[in-house]
Amino acid sequence: MSTVTTAAPGRSAAPAGAVRSWKTPILLAVLAVVALLVFGAGAPRNNVTFRLSDPNDAIVLPDLVLPAAATGWLTAVVLAALAVLAVLAVRRGAGVPVWLVAVFAVLFLIGFLTWVIGSANNPNVALYGLLAGSVTLAVPLIFGSLSGVLSERSGVVNIAIEGQLLFGAFAAAVAASVSGSAIVGLFAAALAGVIVSFLLAVFSIRYIVNQVIVGVVLNVLVSGLTGFLFSSVLSKDAETWNSPPRLPVLSIPVLSEIPILGPILFEQTIVGYLMYIAVAVIYVALFRSRWGLRTRAVGEHPKAADTLGVNVNRMRFINVLLAGVVAGVGGSFFTLVSVSGFGRDMTAGQGYIALAALIFGRWNPIGAFFAALLFGFATNLSNVLSLLGTPVPDQFLRMLPYVVTVFAVAGLVGRSRAPGASGIPYVKG
Amino acid sequence: MGAPGAGTDNASLRTEQIGWVVKLELKGITKRFGSLVANDHIDLVVEPGQVHSLLGENGAGKSTLMNVLYGLYQPTEGTILVNDKPVTFSGPGEAMASGIGMVHQHFMLVPVFTVAENVALGNESVGAGGLLNLSETRTRIRQISDQYGFDVDPDAIVEDLPVGVQQRVEIIKALVRDAEVLILDEPTAVLTPKETDELLGIMGQLKADGKSIVFISHKLREVKAVSDVITVIRRGKVVGTAEPGASTTELASLMVGRSVSLTLQKAPAAPGEVTFSVRDLTVRAANGQHVVDGLSFDIAKGEILAIAGVQGNGQTELTEAIMGLQEHVSGSITLDGEELLGRSVRDVIKEGVGFVPEDRSVEGLVGTFSVAENLILNRYDEAPFARGLTMRPAVIEKNAQEKIAEYDVRTQSASAAAGTLSGGNQQKVVMAREFSRPLKLFIASQPTRGVDVGSIEFLHKRIVAERDGGTPVMIVSTELDEVLELADRIAVLYRGRLMGIVPADTSRDVLGLMMAGMHADEALAQATELQGGDQ
Repeated sequence: MSTVTTAAPGRSAAPAGAVRSWKTPILLAVLAVVALLVFGAGAPRNNVTFRLSDPNDAIVLPDLVLPAAATGWLTAVVLAALAVLAVLAVRRGAGVPVWLVAVFAVLFLIGFLTWVIGSANNPNVALYGLLAGSVTLAVPLIFGSLSGVLSERSGVVNIAIEGQLLFGAFAAAVAASVSGSAIVGLFAAALAGVIVSFLLAVFSIRYIVNQVIVGVVLNVLVSGLTGFLFSSVLSKDAETWNSPPRLPVLSIPVLSEIPILGPILFEQTIVGYLMYIAVAVIYVALFRSRWGLRTRAVGEHPKAADTLGVNVNRMRFINVLLAGVVAGVGGSFFTLVSVSGFGRDMTAGQGYIALAALIFGRWNPIGAFFAALLFGFATNLSNVLSLLGTPVPDQFLRMLPYVVTVFAVAGLVGRSRAPGASGIPYVKG
Repeated sequence: MGAPGAGTDNASLRTEQIGWVVKLELKGITKRFGSLVANDHIDLVVEPGQVHSLLGENGAGKSTLMNVLYGLYQPTEGTILVNDKPVTFSGPGEAMASGIGMVHQHFMLVPVFTVAENVALGNESVGAGGLLNLSETRTRIRQISDQYGFDVDPDAIVEDLPVGVQQRVEIIKALVRDAEVLILDEPTAVLTPKETDELLGIMGQLKADGKSIVFISHKLREVKAVSDVITVIRRGKVVGTAEPGASTTELASLMVGRSVSLTLQKAPAAPGEVTFSVRDLTVRAANGQHVVDGLSFDIAKGEILAIAGVQGNGQTELTEAIMGLQEHVSGSITLDGEELLGRSVRDVIKEGVGFVPEDRSVEGLVGTFSVAENLILNRYDEAPFARGLTMRPAVIEKNAQEKIAEYDVRTQSASAAAGTLSGGNQQKVVMAREFSRPLKLFIASQPTRGVDVGSIEFLHKRIVAERDGGTPVMIVSTELDEVLELADRIAVLYRGRLMGIVPADTSRDVLGLMMAGMHADEALAQATELQGGDQ
């Protein structure tokens, strides 16, 4: 850097002397080496069959049959080439382009799938089922992270997602059992989420208690309360209290017959459809509506909003309650869709994974949607693989979603920027 | 969500006023916070088409008064009259509805929003389906921007804009809401001299359009330049009004309450050998930008080098790099031939470097510790304050009594929490601590920011005394007045680079050009050319 060129030393001049981040290219290079050694050299000598559609479907796609060794080598070589490109990009002083990371991830996934399924006792997998199952497993995560989006965009950290999901699941089970209607259960779930949210809002906004602490306390409270009621009431007379009817799957005619995408988009329960609607509505509302502009303002710079006559704490309160509705509905998935009936601590930390999806998705509804899908996919893959009987031990497979979470949040795709005032209570003056 | 949700009274008042001018009157405004009286029966009349300056020291109660006027605080007593009708503002929305707009000292802009989003916020027009419609706002912004020559792009992201432009966005925000009275709270604090001149020009234009302006400042020169009426506030009370023609000394003594000498008496510097050298110092921020970019300079024994520049041009990083508080530093920093770079902060301090950080309440003091404890923060583990593993309270107390007397620190006792002291007294504690041991280098960042004029005099004298004692001194200040007052030589920083080192008698114009990014020789040439043109 010479000091001679002083013509326009603005922000644009920075890249020449930028701190080069070798993190991404190094990681890509390591993964490429793994691919060469495992997918290529360690490839099984048989063919892998991916079934693309159910034989009973209206339109049946032919099975995709790939030779494991050839596919493994091909993906590994392309991965290595991409890693070299990434190294060159950083040496030039430019960052690693996002498309490169995305292509790399997809290819690595293909290589991994071919290798792991090829090594299974039965190298044959229903790809359509794998994908549809991922979406199903992702439903509560998506609701959870949307709840986080609503709350954190307005400046309140929502650690209580876990508690909202669990209380929603519990309320849905009980209300649906007692009334005999799954729809009643759905409304009860939303209400239960709001109750948890209300406590979060009162303590964090009104009484300015540390938001993270309130959230954690609420999670423990809900876990203890539902656990107590489960053992003292629900399991004593499961017939009355814990046998909710399940929500029916509503297939949309014709559309649900589309190969692969049909079951994902058009063969869902009400909760599944609500999930898609919620993602779209929250996205549009957040970035295009008056409510969204104020929500974001209150979460970024509350004092600026206040000086323009926006009631900061009321905006926040409303948003936290809305977040409760969303997470509560997500909770109903556990007892009305997934299994019929409540079980102690059945959300099993999904609320925290949803929090990770929120961060990985950069506090954006659509980003959170895809991040949650990724975690859903990792979970489902570990389920499917343990059924197929792969050489990888079961315990390792079950770690997969969490390993993906850690790597994703650790910032593979650049730095994620939280709303400026998230977690900071607003006090006038 | 009740944005321009004015009470019905104010709303009807507003409709009467459209196209009219607003006369604003404050009668007996008192604002108490517990036992503290921030405003004590203040009367003020702002006539339409007037620039009315509120002059007072930091903490005199100017900002509190304006927050009352803007509806952010409720007055304890007193009334606000708009066009002779009493009004109450329960929030800024209602103040805006009555034609009052405010540009805050710390901008109230959402950094990640566009200009249009910031302007629309709280006053959004909504189209079909509840979706935002910003096109109207964009048109208004362009219109106002053209009218006053603001050159603001409605779709720019605010955080990418220079500070001066951000301030114009704030003004646009007020004008879009039909403000007739504009409150400008310390608007020049963050501007370069050139930007300041432009702002003063804009104020003139607004005035010509019949708007009235309340200009809050403690900078006498600017107040004299633009005001029609000057009201001076001290300790929450109006202590007098003055004509803009009044002399600076008159205004200063009115503001402080006693006669002050505004010019520091100091002997010419007698620089000795150079003991402190910085070479090619570069500091990189996390995003890779060079926030300090290839700086080289020397300071000799017994001279003061002042680092001038608008806030945020690398001054903080420079001082922190010297103290060992920054990562990603390259180059060399030597003191008496010893390399300081790469040493720990404690090492640097033990080497004999005294440091007054820019934010004393966060970095200079531990607010909850007593004055006595704060006075030994740099030597608490040494004799005579410590013996073995124990501290010696009696010695610490005695030291505190001595320093409190020597520096005239106004505190209830040595055991009072440092955070309860006024800004000036806090700064005296910091300085007393740093000067309490022999120094080989003294660095002070914003030594008198937020300090009352009386204390400024004292602190400046103390710094000059340190220089006369043969210590190399480096002062970082964004206040040009302070730089000109103290400096033996002036170095100007712009975007982390040195625009040159010039003698202390360099003119404000030249320094202003340098602060805006022009090299010393160019700036000198341009300034002389301009003067030639005048003659």
